[in-house]
Amino acid sequence: MTTFLVDGKAYTAKPDENLLQACLGAGLDLPYFCWHPALGSVGACRQCAVKQYANEADKTGQLVMACMTPIAEGARYSLADPEASSFRASVIEWLMVNHPHDCPVCEEGGECHLQDMTMMTGHAYRRYRFTKRTHRNQDLGPFIKHEMNRCIACYRCVRFYGDYAGGRDLDVFAAHDHVYFGRHADGTLESEFSGNLVEVCPTGVFTDKPFSARYARKWDMRGAPSICSHCGLGCNTTANERAGELRRIVNRYNGEVNGYFLCDRGRFGYGFVNAPDRIRTPLARGADGRQAPISRDDAIARFSALLRAGGRAVGIGSPRASLESNYALRALVGAENFFPGVGAGEDRLLRLVAEILGCGAVHVPSLREVERADAALVLGSDLPDAAPRAALALRQAVRGAGFAHAATVKIPQWQDAAVRTFAGGVRSPLFIATPTATRLDDVAQATLRAAPADIARLGFAIAAVIDPAAPAVANLSDNLVAHARVCAAALLAAERPLIVSGVETGDENVIRAAANIAAALRARGKSVSLMLNVPECNSLGLALMADGQAGFEAALGEPAALVIVLENDLYRRAARPAIEAALGSAHLVVLDHSEGPTSHRAELVLPAASFAESGGTLVSSEGRAQRFYQPIFAENDISEAWRWLRDAGRAADRTTCEGWSTEDDIVAALAGALPRFAAIPRAAPSEEFRITGRRIASEPHRFSGRTAMNAVRNVRELKPPVSADSPFSATMEGFHGKVPPALVPFFWAPSWNSVQSVNKFQAEIGGALEGGDPGVRLLEARAEAALPYYTGVPETFARREGMWFAVVLPRVFGDDEQSARAKPIRERMAPPALVLNGEDATLMGAVSGEVLECEIDGGRQSLALEIHPELPRGMAGIAGLSAKAHALPAWIRITKAERGAA
Amino acid sequence: MEKPLTALIQPDGKPLDVAGYERAGGYQALRKALTMAPEAITAEVKRSRLRGRGGGGFSTGRKWEAVPQGADAPRQRYLVVNADEMEPGSFKDRLLLEQTPHQMIESVIIGAFAIQAEIVYIFVRAEYVLAIDRLNRAVVEAEARGYLGANVLGSGFAVSVHVHASGGRYICGESSAMLTALEGRRPLPRARPPRSALSGLWGKPSVVNNVETMCNVPHIIERGADWFLGLSRCDDGGSKLYGFSGRVKRPGLWELPLGTPLNEILEEHAGGMQDGYECRAVLPGGASTAFVMSDSFDVAMDFTSVQKVGSSLGTGNIMALDHRRCPIGLLRNLEHFFAQESCGWCTPCRDGLPWVERILTAIEAGEGEPEDIETLSRHVTFLGPDFTFCDLAPGAMAPLGSGLKHFRAEFEQHISEKRCPWHDTAESWA
Repeated sequence: MTTFLVDGKAYTAKPDENLLQACLGAGLDLPYFCWHPALGSVGACRQCAVKQYANEADKTGQLVMACMTPIAEGARYSLADPEASSFRASVIEWLMVNHPHDCPVCEEGGECHLQDMTMMTGHAYRRYRFTKRTHRNQDLGPFIKHEMNRCIACYRCVRFYGDYAGGRDLDVFAAHDHVYFGRHADGTLESEFSGNLVEVCPTGVFTDKPFSARYARKWDMRGAPSICSHCGLGCNTTANERAGELRRIVNRYNGEVNGYFLCDRGRFGYGFVNAPDRIRTPLARGADGRQAPISRDDAIARFSALLRAGGRAVGIGSPRASLESNYALRALVGAENFFPGVGAGEDRLLRLVAEILGCGAVHVPSLREVERADAALVLGSDLPDAAPRAALALRQAVRGAGFAHAATVKIPQWQDAAVRTFAGGVRSPLFIATPTATRLDDVAQATLRAAPADIARLGFAIAAVIDPAAPAVANLSDNLVAHARVCAAALLAAERPLIVSGVETGDENVIRAAANIAAALRARGKSVSLMLNVPECNSLGLALMADGQAGFEAALGEPAALVIVLENDLYRRAARPAIEAALGSAHLVVLDHSEGPTSHRAELVLPAASFAESGGTLVSSEGRAQRFYQPIFAENDISEAWRWLRDAGRAADRTTCEGWSTEDDIVAALAGALPRFAAIPRAAPSEEFRITGRRIASEPHRFSGRTAMNAVRNVRELKPPVSADSPFSATMEGFHGKVPPALVPFFWAPSWNSVQSVNKFQAEIGGALEGGDPGVRLLEARAEAALPYYTGVPETFARREGMWFAVVLPRVFGDDEQSARAKPIRERMAPPALVLNGEDATLMGAVSGEVLECEIDGGRQSLALEIHPELPRGMAGIAGLSAKAHALPAWIRITKAERGAA
Repeated sequence: MEKPLTALIQPDGKPLDVAGYERAGGYQALRKALTMAPEAITAEVKRSRLRGRGGGGFSTGRKWEAVPQGADAPRQRYLVVNADEMEPGSFKDRLLLEQTPHQMIESVIIGAFAIQAEIVYIFVRAEYVLAIDRLNRAVVEAEARGYLGANVLGSGFAVSVHVHASGGRYICGESSAMLTALEGRRPLPRARPPRSALSGLWGKPSVVNNVETMCNVPHIIERGADWFLGLSRCDDGGSKLYGFSGRVKRPGLWELPLGTPLNEILEEHAGGMQDGYECRAVLPGGASTAFVMSDSFDVAMDFTSVQKVGSSLGTGNIMALDHRRCPIGLLRNLEHFFAQESCGWCTPCRDGLPWVERILTAIEAGEGEPEDIETLSRHVTFLGPDFTFCDLAPGAMAPLGSGLKHFRAEFEQHISEKRCPWHDTAESWA
């Protein structure tokens, strides 16, 4: 540690920090704009000016920018120096020259870094008396609002969007005080990380457009720590509620997982919570065959009657439901009758993933560790579309070699512009093998475009190069041999090699190959990480719970008297005839939050809470169990699926859920019953957690309109709800201040009203939260665990006459069932498409945009043709058809559409 | 008095072609240089006390020395010539580029050899169309004669020269912004450290030198540092291209010994002031230098001496402020230029300069307020070195700061009388 002095007082910091970071870490309030812990320093805004003294005798000092100053042992600095503090106030005064001061109508107001910094410097009186420059704003699409007049030109937006996230359609234009941050022309921001601009921008230039439509001030919303439910990565979010409505999702810092950034699917995909097709009351099918609302008591009575009726009761779990609800269903029907609610193909893949990650032989990396990998291989996964936040982490990982290169000439890692200039094209090796191009290819050392079988063969071959004991690959093409050698050498040369694969190709051999590479590197003594991507927020949790039990399709072979479906639409999981046949004459009970074909078919539908009305635990692809909490207290019959199941079970005199009164009880029961989940009670403090005897306030202390808000419906002040499952109060009453990191309802600190207040919650600026990053890892590697090599190397992909091997090409917007119900996401969803290699298309006589008929899942799909030159010949990519993804990969026929009568 | 830089300028204004340049002794310095060790060239240049003629005045030899050499030093290396002459009132490099293109080419080959750079860029102001044309022609001729290419005069040294026309912003003349511009990016200056010698163009070791600076190099190599030191009238070596503009009888450009006194340049070379005009002050080296008042006109025009009278040598192209010109109007015009040319990167420059410009405009228009002088003074301090990211704003503040000091009465008169005292004169700026 380095000791430095600020205004005569000694502080310590890590030696590689800059002075701004060190000051913030020491708890000092030093204003800044252009610096961001994830983006580093560029010295543009000049806001963090301080005085630096050469030695004790030096009383004059030199003005330096703290963000550009490496701290030195024993060095002396002053924040209070009159010239430095007066200059800092001047910087604000300059920024305010053109700022419109429209705080009352600005959506950033109340959580604005510019407001905070203005107050911090003490600048209060406007001396500039001339006109302000104005800008024309742009329509940036469904996610982001643009108000350039508010811009203070900190350059953070373009540095995040371009430099950090690799986006190419946001830039800075013009010069001097006319600098303009936007697109070359109006249009939707392309990057799937555009939503982060809302938080990266220190003022209200980029604001959340869907939130704008149902806007509330930060201080007027309840906050709940939540977990994103739109892919398997488990990014931490804060869900904000007002008046019973989910208003927005913002990033919740977790140093090991998502850090400062979310993807747009996670940020803007919550609309299903407020949607009109929500199931809000129990529904029962009447004599007329129609579903009609019934009371909660009736629903419990009917459900318990079905349970009592005897016969085999089958429970179909859900990869998007909490561990608690899945476990409650499993307990109700018995482990032998509990089946994961995923299609047969996905089920095989997920069981394989659970087997590999669960065996304890390889380290499963956090996203932070992904960022630190010094060589990475992506086998089969289109990460930007399937797991965007992981792609963003890999994009940072490739900078590692550049940081090391810059360090050779003593350019510190945080000096961002200098590192980028000096490092140039020096990147840590990243190899990507996928069927077609991905948006991460621009930072890859090499890419391979191949069919899943050949991707698997490459993987097996790499493993065999690394460790000759691994199964060899016969008849490998020269091209694959060359790729395998290069990849193997780079992975072997690395200190922290990373293998990334997942379920995206639909081919188990790809995952097996990835496991073999990890095992081979381990055999060579490397500390390797293996990340296997899974599609949904609790895919891995469900797979671990199912513990080898096959998917529901197999289960339905035997006739059942009662089928209970938890938070799932089976029609997305298997072919319709199979489902119809399997459900047969069984009674069907569906617990879900949104309507769909499965709920429409049910005899009894129970309104399950979404993530916004319930608490629960999810297991991410890292094997990290994380708790989410409810921002909404539902006024109707909506309740956690596990509560419905418990109550029905009790009414049916089942003893399995005896003693479950809170979520903690069921968590304890699960932890006790399945050793794999033994650690989950440690994911977050229990419901009984109190600070000085008080619950944690979930609303800011300035919360307004509590009585007026609902007066339109009821003038009485109702007793506020109380959470049975969490230590939060539902109101502004309760403890405000330092709380355990898993229980931060909103980042807010004195003088720091914006999201930048996260500085005050971190043990180290940009590092772990004070008290440790939330969540508990269930899958720690053990030295004694072994992962034997998988054998069964597949044959080379061979084209078939008149047939195409169709695979799913993931799309960030639309593939996820829940977010696809959100309006802004729907606006970003492109129509479904068939993707072919140009030569194949030419041979068919088809042109781009032409509608072709594909036989998928026993039906015909008309899909517009897209040409991807990189897609291997003989393959077809199916994009945007997530409801049919269960039928892929498969060999399909493609025909030209019949011309309609002209 | 020897005038090595301009000796080969032809009366007809047409530059010597390669044959003519050779006949006049051209490329002999290069031949000599190729027989020397690169570090010996650098040492000779350092000993000659050649200082940067672009305005910085940094020792050229020391700049070259900073480039890492040796077998394990990073490659490639770049030599970049700053020919982006956009400083208001300066036109010296243009003369050399247009009239002695081969001198420029010979200079950069020697410079590149000294620092062992493989590639040279000459970054020329976009409006210097004739210069660009003549340089390009000279490059082709030099290549044909084997002065450029994979094996310069059979020495084994390889170098190529590229003439690059600027996109046209003043900030491109800032040496680090010039490198960023050459990389095809927005021309933002770079923070130092790291120095360009370590991480310059595309992150590789690079040296950026001014045109006039470089053109001295062949002469130093050919005739030695001692001869070069003898050319000047001060401690630093060489001759200097001095210019004079404003209401002088013979505005122009002359090669004179470094350290020639200001009044000598004004009276003997520029012919003194036009009848009816008195010179109150000058900007000695372009718009980014502070006023030198008439009582200091005996100052020797060298780096050290001009600093002693509170200004800097800058480009050595002098602008006269006569008594019929409103100094505030002059300053307003200068600050308009700087405000417009700010790259928009750092706050004080981007948002401070337009404020300064508007205050000066208001004062000129009779709308000044007493607090304006305090506001301007605050800008002079807070747009100074260390406060801003690069030297553009400090340069912009040099004339304003000295103007506020020397023309305080005029400022106050404008504000109290709510008019420009020069307003009704024929040469009003309003």
